[in-house]
Order: sequence, then structure tokens, then C-alpha cells
Amino acid sequence: MSRLLEGFVEAFQLIIALDPALLQIVFLSLRVSILAIIISTLLGVPLGTLLGLKPERKTRFVNKIIFTFMGMPPVVAGLVIYLFLSRQGPLGVLGLLYTPTAMIIAQVFLSFPIVTGLTMVGIRAKGSEVEEIARSLGAGSALAAWTVVRELRIAILGAIITGFSRVVAEVGAVMIVGGNIAGHTRVMTTAIVLETRRGNFELAIGLGIVLLMLSFIVNSVLYNIQRGGE
Amino acid sequence: MLVELTDIRKKYDKEVLKVDKLLFQKGLIYGIIGPSGAGKSTLLRIINLLTPFNSGTYQFMGRPLPSNGQERLKLQRKMALVFQKTLLFKDSVWNNVAYGLKARGFSRSEITQRVGELLEQVGLQELAFRRADTLSGGEAQRIAIARAVAFEPHLLLLDEPTANLDPGNIELIEKMIRQLNRTKSITVVMVTHNVFQAHRIAQEVIFIHEGRIVESGPTEQIFEEPLDPRTKAFVEGRMIY
Repeated sequence: MSRLLEGFVEAFQLIIALDPALLQIVFLSLRVSILAIIISTLLGVPLGTLLGLKPERKTRFVNKIIFTFMGMPPVVAGLVIYLFLSRQGPLGVLGLLYTPTAMIIAQVFLSFPIVTGLTMVGIRAKGSEVEEIARSLGAGSALAAWTVVRELRIAILGAIITGFSRVVAEVGAVMIVGGNIAGHTRVMTTAIVLETRRGNFELAIGLGIVLLMLSFIVNSVLYNIQRGGE
Repeated sequence: MLVELTDIRKKYDKEVLKVDKLLFQKGLIYGIIGPSGAGKSTLLRIINLLTPFNSGTYQFMGRPLPSNGQERLKLQRKMALVFQKTLLFKDSVWNNVAYGLKARGFSRSEITQRVGELLEQVGLQELAFRRADTLSGGEAQRIAIARAVAFEPHLLLLDEPTANLDPGNIELIEKMIRQLNRTKSITVVMVTHNVFQAHRIAQEVIFIHEGRIVESGPTEQIFEEPLDPRTKAFVEGRMIY
């Protein structure tokens, strides 16, 4: 219990001190996770909308694949990306392993199925009805799809929030493809693992609290956008 | 002739609609009546090109159905369908009514003028900037009809437009339909399970039973001297379904 309390004190001190090393870790964490979720949103929302508007019987196999990938263990995702990006891998020439880009790729791999799958489920509930109304009022395919996304934005933002929560807390994949290199690929979660291994529990808990606070701020922003859509 | 359907067939697992010949003349109000599951809504959706049919010929203003998607959209834009279940977009009343106008690329000034006029006509101008999902059932249905006629379609298709409304709102909507037909010459095809409503506002009535058109003709004829015993049973309220 005292360690938890010390962790709170440590978190408070870390924030007050504005330690440059900590700030670098925080900004990298945010950069990686926010870019990953933006890419997943750009890819997953249109795909989820498309699938959600199709009759369920036509997308059954794809549904199963997406739902399976939604539960993909992060270490497995990290391992797959590692094998692709390693020197002997098919994308080895790009030299991306142990870079923030590799971490973003791994996080997209994890969040894209979540954003796609949850968007698809949300759209399926009411999307066809909205699409038909839009079409009956003279909307072309693009406008009808956009109307569906606008109308069901609460469900879609829910999918994005879930995807973000998954990647911001993720450690296995970024550890494998990022390598936890200080000043280069160290993010909040990998730093927490490192400090725990070193026995610096107070610092690890402090970092954990800072991570939770950051997640709270980002989710609050998304939640407020979602509430605005009600 | 505004719409001409010939030998139209629609099958899902089994055949749900078989229309040998059906004509809709410009400027009239048509009432499609029949028991639940008779194929009334399917017919309306086929006319609006929302549901494809398996075989047959569809002509709109003497022209066959275009195969090109863009041309089909142009044709679809000549009509509007108001669904039985009112669904207004989660936006202001104003933006709901303006939707079809924006989709057709009307200018901002024209949109302002038309939406303003329509809201006045339906008596809801004071609700223009209210969120549409906060309206009552009757108000929402009046806005749904205003949204459908804002771009002055040639053909207005209504699927049970007064289902679940109170008598006051039913009267308001029926008045609105008559007024739109009279002042803007919009042809109206209205599906209703309520034979009294069809009697009140339709000039022509079509009776559908088990996916087939049993009888069609002027309202008085269908109600006073029906040729088919099934029509007679239905309009007299003796058909159990």
C-alpha cells in the first residue's frame, strides 16, 4: 500500500519536475499511439462502414477474420511485424526495425481490426436504414455513406476510443519491434516494464499514473466529441 | 404516363410480388391498400429503385430504366420515399429539410428560400433550429414529408405515413398531402392499411393481396362497386389477416 502512495508522490514529482527524459517518453508515447489510431481510423472506418452496410450473410467469413484479429495477443502482432521488418524479412531493406515507425505499424496492426470490427457492428445496427433514407432523398453512394458515418458517429467514436485504449496501454508489440531504446523508442509502457525489472517500483507506479492521466485526457477529448454528436 | 410497370416479378425465397400491369398517371393521388404482408411496401421500394426486381419492365415518363448508375441516380432524384418508420437525421430540423436540396447541388439562397417556405407551410418554422430527434411523432412525420418534397419530386411515395399518429396529426398530414398534390402537382402514391384513409384522400385505389394486384380503379368504384369479392371483403373490413 505504501508503495502505491509513494508511486502517487513519485508521479506528482515527475509532473512537477517536467523531467526532459520523461517528457520525451510521454511525447513519443502519444505520437506513436495517436498516429497509429489516426491511421487505423482512416483505414478502419471506411472498411467497417462498407462491411456494415453489406448483408451479414455476405461478410460472415470476413467478420470472423476481423473478430479473431481483434483479440490478437500483442506479442504475436509484435513478432509478426518483427519478422517482416527484420533484416532477413521481406521489408528488411526499409531499415524500420527498432524505430518509432515500426512501433506505429505494430499498433496499427492491433487497433485496425478493433476500429474496423466495432465500426462494422455499429453500422450494421442502423446503417442500412440511414443509407436507404439518404438514397431515397437523392444521395449518391458517397453522400449516402458519409450520411451513415455522420449519423452513427457515436458508435464510430466508441470504436476509435476502444482502439486507442488498446494501443496506448500496449507493451508487448512495441517492446519487440521498438526495442525500448532510451531516447529513441522508449515509451511509457516499456519504461514501466524496465523500471519494474530494475526494482524501481515507485517510479514504475508513478509512470503508470502519468500514463493513466494521459489516457484520461485523450479519452476525455474523444468522449466530449462523442457527446457532442448526441 | 408517369410510371409504367409491366410483368414485374420480385422473389426472395418465394415470389412476393407479381405485377402484370400497373400505371401511375401524373398529378393523381393513389392509395395502395391490402393486408399486411401483401407486398405493398415492396412495390413502393421497387418504384423508388431501392429494391431491385427480378424481371419485368419499368418505365418512368416513357423512358426505360437506365442501366448506367449515374442515370439511375438522376431518375431516382425525380422521386422521394417517406418510410413508415420516421427517421430524421441527428441534425437541426432545417438541415433535415435541406438534405435533398444539398444533395442536388441547389444554391444556398434557393435552399434558404425553399426550406423557409416549407417549414412555414407545415407550421413548424419556429422549430427550424431545434434538433430533429427531439420532435414529437407528428412533428417528425411532417418534417419527414417536408424533407421529401423540398426538391419538388415528380413522384412522392408514402409508406403508411400516419401509422401510430393521433387523429389530429393524421388530419394535418392528410391535408398536407392534398395541398402538395394540388399546389405543386406532385403525384402521390400512398401505401396504407387504413381503408378509410385511402377513401378520404386517394383518387385511384389499388388493392394488393398475396403479392398480386387484385383490382385497381377510381376510389368510388373500388369502394362502392368492387368487382372482386376479395376487394369487397377487404374494403368492408371482413377480410381477416
